[in-house]
Amino acid sequence: MKNKSAQLFLTFLRIGAFTFGGGYAMIPLIQAEVCDKQQWLTEKEILEIITIAESTPGPLAINAATFTGYRTAGLRGAFAATSGVLLPSFLIIILIYFVMEQFMECKLVQYAFLGIRIGILALILKALYSMFSVCEKNIFSYCIIGLSCFLMMFVRIKAIWLIVGCAAVGLIYTMLLCNKEEKK
Amino acid sequence: MILLQLFLVFFKIGLLTFGGGYAMLPMIQSETERYHWLTPEELIDFIAISESTPGPFAVNISTFVGMETAGFPGAACGTLGVTIPSFLVILFVARHYDQFRKSRIVNGCMAGLKPAVIGMLAASLFSLVQTVLVPETGFTWNSPIFYISVLILFIMGILSFRKMHPIIIIFLSAFMGIGMGYLTEIL
Repeated sequence: MKNKSAQLFLTFLRIGAFTFGGGYAMIPLIQAEVCDKQQWLTEKEILEIITIAESTPGPLAINAATFTGYRTAGLRGAFAATSGVLLPSFLIIILIYFVMEQFMECKLVQYAFLGIRIGILALILKALYSMFSVCEKNIFSYCIIGLSCFLMMFVRIKAIWLIVGCAAVGLIYTMLLCNKEEKK
Repeated sequence: MILLQLFLVFFKIGLLTFGGGYAMLPMIQSETERYHWLTPEELIDFIAISESTPGPFAVNISTFVGMETAGFPGAACGTLGVTIPSFLVILFVARHYDQFRKSRIVNGCMAGLKPAVIGMLAASLFSLVQTVLVPETGFTWNSPIFYISVLILFIMGILSFRKMHPIIIIFLSAFMGIGMGYLTEIL
């Protein structure tokens, strides 16, 4: 068990160090390491990870690491895998923090960031589009999208209340829908 | 005190953001602005750094914000805060996967959450576009920078929809930014 935890830690250390951008970019790597190489999980379980990560809070990388670790070696495994996936980005960002201040004083870098900020907007737009294309297309979804966008932009409602509120509305809506179908 | 605050705020972010990645952006934006931890410009710069360094966005940003507000202990508290909720939730779900997947309550909440996250991200994007394209100091409709920026946005938009890798997009827009910077010096 101890040995397995160490292996989990090292595997997820590697995954954490080599996936840029996080999230779904991580899935193929997890698949290669955890499923093909170590055979800790089956292909079906990898799909489970994606389903779970989408409906649980937090970053996908953490979700996937905790899940794999737990299924492979219990609580200790979960802990080993999660700390492994965290450590590289934690250390790299601390390093960057110290370099960045001097770096940002350089004029060339300042100009570069003028452009980069615009490029990031394009990336967010793309992410928004991908999220929209996998979302269910019905009146209810459109109403929630419009309403949450409006409330966030003009009413400046706190993000937390919006999340809690929309979850509650979604729950009530699906319950009503189910009741209706049962009556039929 | 600041350490506890960092832990709690990132705990909240970790607990209440679904989907990961950019889906977490609206929450991170509203919380970091509320506590004056990051300006919108700093947030966008940091997204660029996060895209070009390994690891999940949430961990990167909690480490960075923690570092900036309270040094190394702050970074540790922020990162722990953002990690612990998913860790605990997944431990629970890994044990009860089948009940979880079939749960009407979970599916019902997700029916409302998925579109909500999209709407919130749209609002975030809108405010970030404003920050980048319409700076508070001295915006005029005939400023060349504005038109060049819109052009860059257009080009990068097309490239990213053509599935170009984010890091390449960041590099290209960095070069364009440098070009734009020197151009405005001449003008």
